[in-house]
Amino acid sequence: MSSSTSCPALRALVLLAATCGFCSAFAADLRSPDSFSGIADKTERSRALFVEAGKVIQSPRCLNCHPAGERPTQGADMHLHSPLVIRGADDKGALGMRCAACHQSANFEPSGVPGHPLWHAAPKSMAWQQRSLGQICAQLKDTRRNGGKSMAQMHEHMASDTLVGWAWQPGGARDPAPGTQAQFGALIAAWIETGAACPR
Amino acid sequence: MPLTINVNGQDRQVDADPATPLLWVIREDLGLTGTKYGCGIAQCGACTVHVDGQTLRSCTAPVSAVAGRKVVTIEGVSSPAARAVQKAWVELDVVQCGYCQSGQIMSAVALLDKKRRPSDDDIDHAMAGNICRCATYQRIRAAIHAAAKQLA
Repeated sequence: MSSSTSCPALRALVLLAATCGFCSAFAADLRSPDSFSGIADKTERSRALFVEAGKVIQSPRCLNCHPAGERPTQGADMHLHSPLVIRGADDKGALGMRCAACHQSANFEPSGVPGHPLWHAAPKSMAWQQRSLGQICAQLKDTRRNGGKSMAQMHEHMASDTLVGWAWQPGGARDPAPGTQAQFGALIAAWIETGAACPR
Repeated sequence: MPLTINVNGQDRQVDADPATPLLWVIREDLGLTGTKYGCGIAQCGACTVHVDGQTLRSCTAPVSAVAGRKVVTIEGVSSPAARAVQKAWVELDVVQCGYCQSGQIMSAVALLDKKRRPSDDDIDHAMAGNICRCATYQRIRAAIHAAAKQLA
């Protein structure tokens, strides 16, 4: 055994890295709003809460359906959707090639195709790809770009919308978004309560 | 489990698990083998049928999803657009090996049922989910334009 791996702390790290399941669960966790109470400055606390919520917002499960262009992406590596699809006039696909041609009302394990009754791409004004977390934050608060939602409605959307909730039940071999929708909703609620400050 | 589904205008009773892919029921239980199995993962379009006038990849939909809806397969498609597509397909000799063509035709008909004069972009986007290993794409696009002219 080499001298480096004889160090107990390093050996523990190597063992930790080898236990992929544990690492994955650890990496996918979300902090609770209470854990930010040590940040005395309310605005800074608000920013920190949004950065934590950003782990969900910027996960592939969410970003894939918030494309900046015409085409959604898919997979953990966010490659362009295959087959080629476009958002179309109503964000539900092209004429003759609608999202629902493949995406049914629930995940379909025999084919591996994910599903939800309201499957669609987010409108262009709500694009998250190619934007910083600060830009996404400003967009979420802008009623001209967020679908006219008040902050209470935005919280409702994040915490309770079942299509948003699909991100935690994606089916197949897909990694879910970090944490749970309830934890994500609690972070968004705390962010709003502390003034909904945006990361710089 | 007994299920009733409407296929090509007829109510058909089948004994199938509700989670069975519609394609299996169409081919194995109803014997309608014009709809093809290609990839089984909604990537090739060979299994395309119409449900309430919209295209559906029958390999990726449970049969329970079509309860109370109208399924049309290649054997039953008969709209004016379908007749125009059939004629154009023959005139332009579109088909090569033919395996993908029932899916191609179902997608082409669904497009022309909704838009009588589609642009190249309309055609490309509507047909993007139907692949052809013989690469008959140019003839398919030309035939859709030819069918559109017949419908004008």
